[in-house]
Amino acid sequence: MPDLTRPGPENQRHRIRPLYSRPAKPLVFPILLLAPAVVLFAVFVIYPILKTIALSFYSWNGLSQPRFVGFANYRELAADPVFLIALTNSLLWLAAYMAAPVLGLGLALLTSQQLAPMRLIRAMFFLPYVISQAVIALVFGWFLNSEFGLLNALLHAIGLPSIHPLESERFSILAAITAGLWLQAAYCMMLYLAGLSLLDRDLIAAARLDNIGALTLFRKVIAPQLRPATFIVLMVTVVGALRNFDLIAIMTLGGPYDSSTVLAYFAYEQAFSSSQRLGYAAAISTVLFAMVWGFVGPLLLYMLASEKT
Amino acid sequence: MTADHYPMPLSLLSPAHRAAYWSLVFLALGVWLLPLIGIAITSMRSIADLRAGNFWGWPTTFAWQNYFEIFGATPLFIFILNSFMITVSAVLGTIALSSMSGYALAKFDLPGSNVLLGIFVAGNFVPHQMLMIPVRAMVNQLGLYDMRAGLVLFHIAFQTGFATLFMRNFMRQVPDTLIDTARMDGIAEIKILLNIVLPLAKPAMAGVAVLVFTFVWNDYFWSLNLVQSDAVRPVTAGIQTLRAMWITSWNWLAAGSIIAALPPVTLFFFMQRHFVTGLTAGIR
Repeated sequence: MPDLTRPGPENQRHRIRPLYSRPAKPLVFPILLLAPAVVLFAVFVIYPILKTIALSFYSWNGLSQPRFVGFANYRELAADPVFLIALTNSLLWLAAYMAAPVLGLGLALLTSQQLAPMRLIRAMFFLPYVISQAVIALVFGWFLNSEFGLLNALLHAIGLPSIHPLESERFSILAAITAGLWLQAAYCMMLYLAGLSLLDRDLIAAARLDNIGALTLFRKVIAPQLRPATFIVLMVTVVGALRNFDLIAIMTLGGPYDSSTVLAYFAYEQAFSSSQRLGYAAAISTVLFAMVWGFVGPLLLYMLASEKT
Repeated sequence: MTADHYPMPLSLLSPAHRAAYWSLVFLALGVWLLPLIGIAITSMRSIADLRAGNFWGWPTTFAWQNYFEIFGATPLFIFILNSFMITVSAVLGTIALSSMSGYALAKFDLPGSNVLLGIFVAGNFVPHQMLMIPVRAMVNQLGLYDMRAGLVLFHIAFQTGFATLFMRNFMRQVPDTLIDTARMDGIAEIKILLNIVLPLAKPAMAGVAVLVFTFVWNDYFWSLNLVQSDAVRPVTAGIQTLRAMWITSWNWLAAGSIIAALPPVTLFFFMQRHFVTGLTAGIR
């Protein structure tokens, strides 16, 4: 597979003017080519972002005329106990998801051997990422079901009492996070496998000739070379953690008593279930949006800066 | 095989290390796939077993008929068909749009093209909740609420962002001289794209196709948001309505879940290389 991100030598602008003069490239054609993508993206992605930010300053139930209320939605959020739970849970999710890069790197190291059956084994480890979260949520829901679930069947088999993670205010969020970690780690594994395949072989051979220890080899030679992969892994993990909706919506419905709600689910619930508080939901979404960029923005800037050097 | 691979190639390790390695791989794989093995066995469990309380033991018989019965007893077939129609349309639309926009950004010096590319990529990191209220309102106004076309339109718009970057990065590798020569021969711009550039960009299209297929097939949030009747519901949302209807028929639900997961899984196994290239494009 050729390198996609860096232009090859054949693409660099000719330093010496070619003998023939380059035909003028009119701009009408490329603009026409861009138009459909740009228009659709502007209408269905960019405009909704701006509209949602604007809507967060209004009170609206979707039917009557929206009423401008200034920062009232945000003030209400600050005092809303459910919002605080959602915010805490989203941050908890983010913190717990940091296990995914570690687990993913471990799996990548385990499966990066260049042997015939490895392709299939790697594919099996990656499987959770390819399966819909809606299905994964269903599967984990069965596993943890307090009456018939596998978890309790196993606990009974070794003589322990049943537990009820999905009905517990303390553990239901952790159950959903565990299901999420499964697929997120698979994703991280794949990204790290790509990173491992790009290691500088001469450097590794030289380091081994110097007989340095395994830990030093990893820390001084391997880890620095995995940095680009790590940045992407961190970015997709942050985004995956903060915008997760499916697992909560299917496994716990945010319950019991809103104990497992997260910002993404809380926003949806306020907008479309019974309450139809669209302005309030827009404010929650805007907070989530700001959080995602608060974490991803610096990562992205740092990555771009280190790429230039 | 030499010692310049990391981790150390297996062939250079002692037999004891190798045995330990393989045990670890298979143990890890067994634990990792436990949820999937569990659901596969459940999907073949008979009703008699479920009634007898045999939920997780070895099934007394393998009830393959679950896979057929669920199609007769539920709208699963319609859900699957809806998913295929929505997903295939979204894939074709995204490829069409992103090959045009990708080519424009790869081979023409447009002012602000880097900014545009940045915006396309950044769009991928936006939480869907940030879009849900205006998108639903617009889809409603277009008369497309509760229609497959509404979902298709949104998916194309959203996926075009990352697909454009992917196509553009690939098309940059098409030599400029090839295009310039064609231009000097008086070949129309549109024909250069269709007959020269696009055939070279087939691998990129394959990458976009498998990724967009997987993302759109697996989407749950927008299925919840933009459709409400069974006649147009895709399978990710459909399986949840089956759960509400068949709360105790786990064997059927498990069979339905496996059927719902099968298309992207199959595609992944057959096109693993394209899938991985697409997913890891930012690293390479």
